[in-house]
Amino acid sequence: MTLLQPLTERILGSRTLAALTSPHGVDRYLEQINPMWAATEVRARIVDVNRETDGENPVATITLQPTSTWRGHRAGQYVQVGVEINGARRTTRCFSISSAESNPGEQFSITVRAHEEAKPGQQRVSKFLVREAQPGQLVHLSQAEGRFTLTESPATPTNNHLLMISGGSGITPVMSQVRTLLRDGYDGKANRRVTFLHYARSAEEQIFAEELNRIAWQDNGIDVHLRHGDEYFSAEALAKLVPDFKDTDTWACGPAPMMSLVADAYGDSPRLRTEFFKLSTGTPVDGDSVEGEVSFTRAGRTATNSGASLLEQAEAQGLTPEYGCRMGICFSCVSRKTEGTVRNVLTGEESSLPDEDIRICVSAPVGSCSVDL
Amino acid sequence: MATATSIETPRKKNDNKLTPEQIEAFGNEMDAIRQRLIGELGEEDATYIRGIVKKQRQFEVAGRALMYLPPAWPLAVVALSVSKILDNMEIGHNVMHGQYDWMGDPGLNSRMYEWDNVCPSDQWKYSHNYIHHTFTNILGKDRDIGYGILRMDEDQKWHPYYLGNPIYASLLMVFFEWGVAMHDLEVENIVKGKRTIADNKALHSGLMRKIRRQAVKDYLLFPALTGPLFPLTLAGNATANLVRNIWAFNIIFCGHFPAGVATFSEEECEDESRGHWYYRQLLGSANITGGKLFHTMTGNLSHQIEHHLFPDLPARRYPQIAGEIQEICQRYGLDYNTGPLGKQLFSVARKICRLALPGGRSKAPEHGTEQPVTLAA
Repeated sequence: MTLLQPLTERILGSRTLAALTSPHGVDRYLEQINPMWAATEVRARIVDVNRETDGENPVATITLQPTSTWRGHRAGQYVQVGVEINGARRTTRCFSISSAESNPGEQFSITVRAHEEAKPGQQRVSKFLVREAQPGQLVHLSQAEGRFTLTESPATPTNNHLLMISGGSGITPVMSQVRTLLRDGYDGKANRRVTFLHYARSAEEQIFAEELNRIAWQDNGIDVHLRHGDEYFSAEALAKLVPDFKDTDTWACGPAPMMSLVADAYGDSPRLRTEFFKLSTGTPVDGDSVEGEVSFTRAGRTATNSGASLLEQAEAQGLTPEYGCRMGICFSCVSRKTEGTVRNVLTGEESSLPDEDIRICVSAPVGSCSVDL
Repeated sequence: MATATSIETPRKKNDNKLTPEQIEAFGNEMDAIRQRLIGELGEEDATYIRGIVKKQRQFEVAGRALMYLPPAWPLAVVALSVSKILDNMEIGHNVMHGQYDWMGDPGLNSRMYEWDNVCPSDQWKYSHNYIHHTFTNILGKDRDIGYGILRMDEDQKWHPYYLGNPIYASLLMVFFEWGVAMHDLEVENIVKGKRTIADNKALHSGLMRKIRRQAVKDYLLFPALTGPLFPLTLAGNATANLVRNIWAFNIIFCGHFPAGVATFSEEECEDESRGHWYYRQLLGSANITGGKLFHTMTGNLSHQIEHHLFPDLPARRYPQIAGEIQEICQRYGLDYNTGPLGKQLFSVARKICRLALPGGRSKAPEHGTEQPVTLAA
């Protein structure tokens, strides 16, 4: 099978096969036979769902067996995961990979905290993965993305001191990094040190508690510092652990308030690498009140929300987005809303999902909103 | 109106049967149905379209494979024809309308779907989703009235050129996918001097790329793969394309051109209300009656009326709401133009022939019998 793989890949990726399966492409046929067969798309089957913590917002690690098209990941990267929820609607979100670096086609896992819905009727991907996902289910993936990766590996050893700072579920990418270092023999024998500082709301909400405990006790050059409770990140506390932290290669990932404290502490130090995701969506506003600001990100313009459709507001700003019918039927004006809530002026339906494709001619912002125009 | 166009548009073509208040109420009823359908979208629709896609792929693979068995050639052609018809109509046309965009599946997304047809999807979406569905049956705006080559409405000014109406229609039927592909080049407007050849430059590369891909697949690669059967496979593929062309042409012509379908002047539709838009969609379309299989094979365009009212809602919903729409039409005293395929086809053929000749402001075509069933009293 492994010998055949390169040959299969060459055939599946060939121009002839592409021409024969035009205009749909090879994958549209392969998926009809077996959803785990693919030439370019990446999908995965859930092989295990393991609850890490319980409580109001439980956390679970989901192990995935990807299709052979998965190109592997570097520690610290994330992947887009699309699941079908709410009656066949596929919703896609980004999750950091928590397992050690994977090779092409290899299993990997993501660790997810179940967030509550911002509003009823909009089920969160995270909640679905933690509470409802079952082994055997299929999810849609992107390739691994992101540049929050280690600059060194056991293959190119240095005696640089590495510092990882994380908060809450921001532990996932740095966990992948620590696991990769340990797996690949980065054991501290050559005076290499790793400091791992993590903030969790409580001991009960500490993700990977057992494993971190083990890592802390082993002779591996990795110092684990777990902070539970109300203690926030502070430059003073960090300086006690790592006096020259500004000159130490640092990877930090956590909730936005913590990340701004970290950024302040490091100033303009180039040693700090950060990662954070858009978590919350726009806060829904009551009734018909018109407020907030509309940002047209590509044009770099911001204006006060007038309550009109996004197409009209864009035009009022002198932009010329593509449009057709101006009544929501022809889909010429579909654009990407990156943040905020919009109301469909025909149906009254509101939607707050980030990175959502909307028809701007029939979508009016409810509160602040950003569109890729 | 500019004299350069071949259309002499009367200021008012239709005696409004409804008061503005009634039109608004009619529009509100349509909006309510729309709202309800959007609320109901879900797993059933997803399962349905995925099932159709699976069937289409199976027919296609079967059609390609059966070409290797010369005695099964007719079967191969049938399978491939069904595959192309399903791909173009129930899947392609409907997916590209955005009917399944809510599923978030890139394979069924209006912006990504490409169909098994020489017309590039992005060009088709412009002329169809925008021009045709927005300006449906407005003379001078909806280029689908006669597709720039036929005289399909009495108010298109007659010219000796139109003596060939039946011949052009037959040619368009045989080469329908090519006609659809050329549609966006607006050749008739170039002839009239309203458009220049340079305006088409941007369309050429996409068009040529799509034509090349379709031709290489159907007329070179698949025939070559059958070795000595090359000519037979080539003929089979060409026949399947022809069958699809004839089928699609006839279904589509029955959707807008049977007797009794109304056209509108630009003046009538100035500053049009949403209610009047619905009203125009209703009066500008016609249905074909038939069984479930028939409806599927037409991509549910046998419910052209419902499609024009709700072009971006899944087509499988159209038969479900047809009764309700008919009932509403009855209440408002509006025509709901429907009839069996034979009757609608005959009506279209008659119109094509009749309008080849000058005049033809056909006042109610000969009492009764030829007129499609209308529910209005």
